[in-house]
Amino acid sequence: MPPNPILRLRKIYFSVRNNEDTIIHAAKHKATTEKLKRRRSMRWSCVDSCCWAIGYLCTAWWFVFFLYHSVPVPAMLQAPESPGTRLSRDGVKAFHPVVLVPGVVTGGLQLWEGQPCAEGLFRKRLWGASFTEILTRPLCWLEHLSLDSETGLDPLGIRVRAVPGLVATDYFAPCYFAWAVLIENLAKIGYEGKNLHMASYDWRLSFHNTEVRDQSLSRLKSKIELMYVTNGYKKVVVVPHSMGAIYFLHFLKWVETPTSDGGGGGGGGPGWCAKHIKAIVNIGPAFLGIPKAVSNLLSAEGKDIAYARALAPGFLDSELLKLQTLEHLVRMSHSWDSIVSLLPKGGEAIWGGIDSPVEEGHTCIYSKRKSSQPSLNDLHKQNFSIKPESWVKEPTKYGRIIAFGKRASELPSSQLSNLNVKELSRGGSTSNDSTSCGEFWSEYNELSRESIVKVAENTAYTATTVLDLLRFIAPKMMRRAEAHFSHGIADDLDDPKYGHYKYWSNPLETKLPDAPGMEMYCIYGVGIPTERSYIYKLSTSSGKCKSSIPFRRDGSMDGDDMCLKGGARFADGDGSVPVTSAGFMCAKGWRGKTRFNPSGMDTFVREYKHKPPGSLLESRGAESGAHVDIMGNVGLIEDVLRIAAGASGQEIGGDRVYSDLITMSERISIKL
Amino acid sequence: MPLIHRKKPTEKPSEEVADDDSQQKPHESSKTHKKSNGGIEKGKWSCIDSCCWFIGCVCVTWWFLLFLYNAMPASFPQYVTERITGPLPDPPGVKLKKEGLKAKHPVVFIPGIVTGGLELWEGKQCADGLFRKRLWGGTFGEVYKRPLCWVEHMSLDNETGLDPAGIRIRAVSGLVAADYFAPGYFVWAVLIANLAHIGYEEKNMYMAAYDWRLSFQNTEVRDQTLSRMKSNIELMVSTNGGKKAVIVPHSMGVLYFLHFMKWVEAPAPMGGGGGPDWCAKHIKAVMNIGGPFLGVPKAVAGLFSAEAKDVAVARAIAPGFLDTDIFRLQTLQHVMRMTRTWDSTMSMIPKGGDTIWGGVDWSPEKGHICCGKKQKSNETRGEADENSSSKIKPANYGRIISFGKEVAEAPPSEIKNIDFRDAVKGQSIPNHTCGDVWTEYHDMGIAGIKAIAEYKVYTADAVIDLLHYVAPKMMARGAAHFSYGVADDLDDPKYKHHKYWSNPLETKLPNAPEMEIYSLYGVGIPTERAYVYKLNQSPDSCIPFQIFTSAHEEEEESCLKAGVYNVDGDETVPVLSAGFMCAKAWRGKTRYNPSGIKTYVREYNHSPPSNLLEGRGTQSGAHVDIMGNFALIEDIMRVAAGGNGSDIGHDQVHSGIFEWSERIDLKL
Repeated sequence: MPPNPILRLRKIYFSVRNNEDTIIHAAKHKATTEKLKRRRSMRWSCVDSCCWAIGYLCTAWWFVFFLYHSVPVPAMLQAPESPGTRLSRDGVKAFHPVVLVPGVVTGGLQLWEGQPCAEGLFRKRLWGASFTEILTRPLCWLEHLSLDSETGLDPLGIRVRAVPGLVATDYFAPCYFAWAVLIENLAKIGYEGKNLHMASYDWRLSFHNTEVRDQSLSRLKSKIELMYVTNGYKKVVVVPHSMGAIYFLHFLKWVETPTSDGGGGGGGGPGWCAKHIKAIVNIGPAFLGIPKAVSNLLSAEGKDIAYARALAPGFLDSELLKLQTLEHLVRMSHSWDSIVSLLPKGGEAIWGGIDSPVEEGHTCIYSKRKSSQPSLNDLHKQNFSIKPESWVKEPTKYGRIIAFGKRASELPSSQLSNLNVKELSRGGSTSNDSTSCGEFWSEYNELSRESIVKVAENTAYTATTVLDLLRFIAPKMMRRAEAHFSHGIADDLDDPKYGHYKYWSNPLETKLPDAPGMEMYCIYGVGIPTERSYIYKLSTSSGKCKSSIPFRRDGSMDGDDMCLKGGARFADGDGSVPVTSAGFMCAKGWRGKTRFNPSGMDTFVREYKHKPPGSLLESRGAESGAHVDIMGNVGLIEDVLRIAAGASGQEIGGDRVYSDLITMSERISIKL
Repeated sequence: MPLIHRKKPTEKPSEEVADDDSQQKPHESSKTHKKSNGGIEKGKWSCIDSCCWFIGCVCVTWWFLLFLYNAMPASFPQYVTERITGPLPDPPGVKLKKEGLKAKHPVVFIPGIVTGGLELWEGKQCADGLFRKRLWGGTFGEVYKRPLCWVEHMSLDNETGLDPAGIRIRAVSGLVAADYFAPGYFVWAVLIANLAHIGYEEKNMYMAAYDWRLSFQNTEVRDQTLSRMKSNIELMVSTNGGKKAVIVPHSMGVLYFLHFMKWVEAPAPMGGGGGPDWCAKHIKAVMNIGGPFLGVPKAVAGLFSAEAKDVAVARAIAPGFLDTDIFRLQTLQHVMRMTRTWDSTMSMIPKGGDTIWGGVDWSPEKGHICCGKKQKSNETRGEADENSSSKIKPANYGRIISFGKEVAEAPPSEIKNIDFRDAVKGQSIPNHTCGDVWTEYHDMGIAGIKAIAEYKVYTADAVIDLLHYVAPKMMARGAAHFSYGVADDLDDPKYKHHKYWSNPLETKLPNAPEMEIYSLYGVGIPTERAYVYKLNQSPDSCIPFQIFTSAHEEEEESCLKAGVYNVDGDETVPVLSAGFMCAKAWRGKTRYNPSGIKTYVREYNHSPPSNLLEGRGTQSGAHVDIMGNFALIEDIMRVAAGGNGSDIGHDQVHSGIFEWSERIDLKL
């Protein structure tokens, strides 16, 4: 601590007076002085300066922090009234119990039993929250989050389980809300623990396995029945998000299947859904899968990683801290069955063939579209395909989900090599050179170079053939996962084979339950470029170690229009799910009495146009349409609250479509 | 700030000159000089700089230590402990896993009062930003930041005992509700971790969290907690292949589960409609930890004057402190007002009256010797009995409240009770300075207070009348939910009412001959049993009574400490309350236990942690700390893995519970 300032002054004064006496000795003590000087300068050393600087910063920081907390928020910066408060004032009250079904990735996972390397993490989150464990012990983390590659269940001695309750998914990471805003608004109109339930499940597992291992479906059934009874026999409103939508489709079939049947159902009987469920409000549903899943499985690349690779090539491939980032990720995500559930379903009939994309004539003007631009204008443009000649030369061939090389993505079909992947043999002879790259398992190691080249030679893959490609590349994974998921279109829904649980999560191979009073909503964001198809290239194996992922996105492929960027072609959507996947079932597949919807339950499509946040203060925006951020969209929240409070689809305004979903659906011809 | 920056260099030279010159002093006076030298050295910095330097230093050291702490391998503390105290025993989970035990029966935890977390779902303006934050449990940060707001939100409506308008506080659900009460203060966490070792996880463990402030029936009315519990137990039993559940209630959870067992079999409108064999079908064993079956005397003191032993001791040390207006907050009065809105506290008022707790001249624990903290585990009952006749006056435990020490010790013939029940409550209030704090003492007036003090001695029966007199509103509300008597005829149809369900002396156990009931509790800690009160003379206090803290016996072995008579127990629940039902009233086929459910009493002798490193000890017998007791955890795990009472060793008794039970004359 510093001495009292007055004392200090006195000392200075004293020493100054002494100077006059001792001045004679100056010369004598010169040497000593210099020594002392040096010592003093040493004492006022670098460490002191550092301490001083840090202290200074800390103090300043605290001061600002204190000010920030004590100064009242100016009126203009105050958040606008939340929909919950407004509706509560309008007399909207909690009526139907609400069940939230989270999607892939957003749910937290915690450790129940682990290897020695995970000591001290018991019941701590491995997934979700701050992800600190990735940084402190990355390999251990990967080991624990991977599933067994044979069974798709827990590896030996490791138990990672879903976090239960609302805390599971309200915030994915600190301050990054998933469900929190919706929950808060629901609470404002009277919801609480007894009529609000989060059906968290382990999203890494295949849907059927969540029941086998954790009895998640049974618990969900029991919870819904309980809430139905304790809330005065009011039906439940279910709000699934993203993959949760197909998880809940699976549940709908499971719950009405007798317990003895097939893999075993819930035994709720044929009237269960009609009795217990009022409406299913699917937020950003991935009903027909997402193309992103393909690229994820092929090369563990989301859009973001491809950008990063383009910026810093070689960085992600190098052995950073003994960690081959991408390869490890591929290996981990290959052990997750649930990713396979997101592969595009319906094949070429839905996603377009080599030459006939459903989004034909779609214009990519997203980045230029501003929120202020009148939407009518957009619609006009899209409907009549008025494309400025300068930047669209020919229609984008979205149908080719994976194309090797840009040329392959644009060529007419006649010039493409029509390689049949099914017939290719997986020669294993030349794969030895890759074993030096580390001991981890990934099925690419078993592929021979020749077959890889063959696969990639000037070919394009549609939604149907892409499955063959995946089967060729990762046979084990696909074999495991295809026992749980199917991606086709049913010819005859009454075929007894469709009683098997692997068809339950595919809306094109199951009927909706017999519940004419039920309502089906598809609500999702539009106006964000969404990955629709990819241009790939072979990864050039430079260096001593061959990268064990032979394909990668061609990040250098930037089209002259906005549709092609970083090796991916974009279509309209919410950033993850293209409009086709989210909206088609509600817009056409289930509309009216179709074979997929035999009881003719009402379906509604409600789109929310994306508006980026106006300023940084708005953070993720109250009018966002992005896949996760849409859960904070005030329009969407209001709709959900109204439905929960008892309103029907007509009362909240029926359909609302901004995209060219209707014309797109028209172009898709499947038997209905 | 920039000013200082600029100033510094300009000042530097002149000071340096002075500094330099001062170095040239002859060596003789160097001692004093060096000091001033240092001063000048620092003088070159301004005060703020020094402060910054200091803060920086502290921060850096702190970060460094934090870094070291984080970099430290997780097993390091254990290693240090083992070096000091010798090898630690394996935690029971690891030990039993080696023995090959596997998860078998689903386990349901029922937390007690206070330990469950409560979170905000709807609040007043002052609680902005606290949505779904814990108001109770966790760090209690809000108590300091906005105490009045906190008290307002935690209180219930004093008419209905339900939510006040515009406030909704709900129990946190899931295992997180009560695994840790506050950071680092475990409740269920140790037990959960050990169960996880043998294969338990979320699907076969369930924390039946409930809002412990409400009366038991109201948890069903407001939150449907009982229905949820029923549905969850049914679900767990069916998903675990029909294996019955093991229930582990703690503290008040014991009473709550008694209530549940009656509720679930009662027909629909008031009950759960599970049918008469629901318990037999779904429950394997009920392992009550520290259960206050017959109530706790502490609850009386809590309701009467918001004082537990701890508060009384604090008051003795710093008199006047707790009564003054700190931060415009009359601590005790506020606490009292809040706790009085909680119906659940009334479930713990001593039950069974004089029959159980003793009258003016007798008590079941008569002759108990208190050795205070010195009581060691090797002491046996026999010794205690021999000594009892010697020097010290036996404590009259039956007199739960007595005014003045003399009265507490006087022979029964000398006590003259003037009946207070008819005393007219005066309209005048001694003082109005208490602020706007509402407590019912305001209505009582001087006459009423005098009448109470003149009655001198209150036994368990009279205490209930006393509370009725002192807090008529609260007790009227409570009387609709709880009953404290002994049933004459259990088949009387009036016992179908839910208010009797949580009183073991007024209900029968369910018809489930294969079920087992355990009483597991700690012994060897002095536990509050009776109180010496005095009138509060202090002019600015609103509570007219307080524990007479200077009533104190000097002898080591006396049971009277700071106005409180202690008896053996786990620090909160006396042995009598925790053990009597299982030791006698339910033993064999009695009228309370018509189907002859097997009962076991297992006591765990308290031995305090030998050093600080052990934290709260692995052999503790204290009310909450016992949840970390290895022996208790092992017993629970063995039963959960399929064992029964004889597998874990029948009864295990250290106290005089059987002897004391004999003295209680209850029709069985």
